[in-house]
Amino acid sequence: MSSFFSYLIAGISLGGIYALIALGYTMVYGIAKMLNFAHGDVIMIGGYVAFTAISTMQQPVWIAVPCAIIACILLGVVIEKVAYKPLRSATPLAVLITAIGVSYLLQNVALLIFGSQARNFTSVVPDDFSVSLGSINISGETVVTILASVAIMVALTLFVNHTKSGKAMQAVSEDRGAAQLMGINVNRTISLTFAIGSALAGVASVLLCSTYPQISPYTGAMPGIKAFTAAVFGGIGSIPGAMIGGVVLGVIENLSKAYISSELSDAIVFAVLIIVLLVKPTGLLGKKINEKV
Amino acid sequence: MLKVENIQVYYGMIHAIKGVSFEVNEGEVIALIGANGAGKTTILHTITGLVAPKSGHVLFEGKDLTKIPAHKIVYLGMAHVPEGRRIFQQLTVLENLKLGAFSITDKVQIEKNLNYVYMHFPRLAERKNQVAGTLSGGEQQMLAMGRALMSNPKIILMDEPSMGLSPLLVNEIFKIISEVSKDGTTVLLVEQNAKKALSIADRAYVLETGNIVMEGKASELLDNPRIRAAYLGE
Ligand SMILES: Nc1ncnc2c1ncn2[C@@H]1O[C@H](COP(=O)(O)OP(=O)(O)OP(=O)(O)O)[C@@H](O)[C@H]1O
Ligand SMILES: [Mg+2]
Repeated sequence: MSSFFSYLIAGISLGGIYALIALGYTMVYGIAKMLNFAHGDVIMIGGYVAFTAISTMQQPVWIAVPCAIIACILLGVVIEKVAYKPLRSATPLAVLITAIGVSYLLQNVALLIFGSQARNFTSVVPDDFSVSLGSINISGETVVTILASVAIMVALTLFVNHTKSGKAMQAVSEDRGAAQLMGINVNRTISLTFAIGSALAGVASVLLCSTYPQISPYTGAMPGIKAFTAAVFGGIGSIPGAMIGGVVLGVIENLSKAYISSELSDAIVFAVLIIVLLVKPTGLLGKKINEKV
Repeated sequence: MLKVENIQVYYGMIHAIKGVSFEVNEGEVIALIGANGAGKTTILHTITGLVAPKSGHVLFEGKDLTKIPAHKIVYLGMAHVPEGRRIFQQLTVLENLKLGAFSITDKVQIEKNLNYVYMHFPRLAERKNQVAGTLSGGEQQMLAMGRALMSNPKIILMDEPSMGLSPLLVNEIFKIISEVSKDGTTVLLVEQNAKKALSIADRAYVLETGNIVMEGKASELLDNPRIRAAYLGE
């Protein structure tokens, strides 16, 4: 029983990371109406920035982590400005292909600079953060990941529902034209969305690389796909959906690794996704798209 | 106050507006009538910047709106009630109204505007916490108008506010438009319900496939045999 709880808690922690990444996918999808397939690779770049700061430049964590987050924000906003903004009225397929192109570009830049070999990442969490609950040992990384993701999700929910910028985001996501008539600057709102999504990716990058202490140019790819799955699972476009989807996915993945098969765990995750989409095509909390009159 | 000068609008190859000019003076209620597809909505979209004209100008109090991004136009004192209402369905009535006042920073002013809207639309006050998508069609139209009024506009553009409403509600909506006009807001009203529109307008323009084919005092157009035959179903 105690091993079940430790798998469960590790799953929640992994799910917290997925949720942070999924929020970036879902917010960008909801507001900019596009799938930003380069999102996972922004995480990888964030990981390398933290790695460089900690291992190469010997900087303390309180410098390395903000550096990674700021680098992700800048990268996300620049990608949006340079690659996606000129395609604002292009077909979704053109935008999707561009996003895939950006994803490869980022991976190749990382390959050029850091090589293909995975490097060891020094965890940003001090050893003495681990907690023992009876017979269960929870690692410091797990504790910090759970606390950080809960805090960020609460803050994000408050921001979206209780600030003018948050309301502007909701308005743009429903009807861009009507939002403009209210005086909302759509371009700025989309930039802000990318900035927030990328900031969350920055946090996720440090948590991910600390939990699985390695970094390579492909570090972001799989978590990116899983988080995208989590966003679809929760209902793409829905912020609480991405949170729930991420956590549920992390728990399913970890428990199936522990009790069924570690090789099959990814297949199980996707099987659950397919079942959910068969039963509820819009995902757990997805709203059906309102048809315009 | 508002001067549309020889605008030409294309959608790809479709020449939707073929050189339209007209004028709205302060305090007037101007009706723009015409059949389906005549280009009424396109003209309103061009005025508020949702569609860019190929040539021509839209002057509002001397400023050329075609050179101003759409999201800045409400700050100049122009509100647009779009065709099909386009309220934010997933937000509540109050949240929609607050978004209508997005251009206003003064909280006291927002509160004043809210009271003004609730005075004209008591139904919205009763339902302020209801999700907008669950309102009835008439209530949604009231919300769309209320949302536009929240920005304290000098001029309000309305695109077929009577669409899909029962005759009783149509009367109510037109009564409110008259009241808003009496309160000092200039009105540019696009309607297919020509009879109703002409009955509250000062002047009117008749649009046919991208051209203005007739203009004049609303009362005179109401008596014009051609208008009666084509638009009043007589
Ligand atoms: N986005 C668009 N793309 C292509 N053609 C369009 C578009 N919007 C409008 N049109 C065309 O432009 C012409 C004018 O349309 P518009 O919507 O302005 O007419 P309207 O007078 O408002 O009609 P209705 O009374 O039906 O609302 C029509 O022929 C229409 O098919
Ligand atoms: Mg129309």
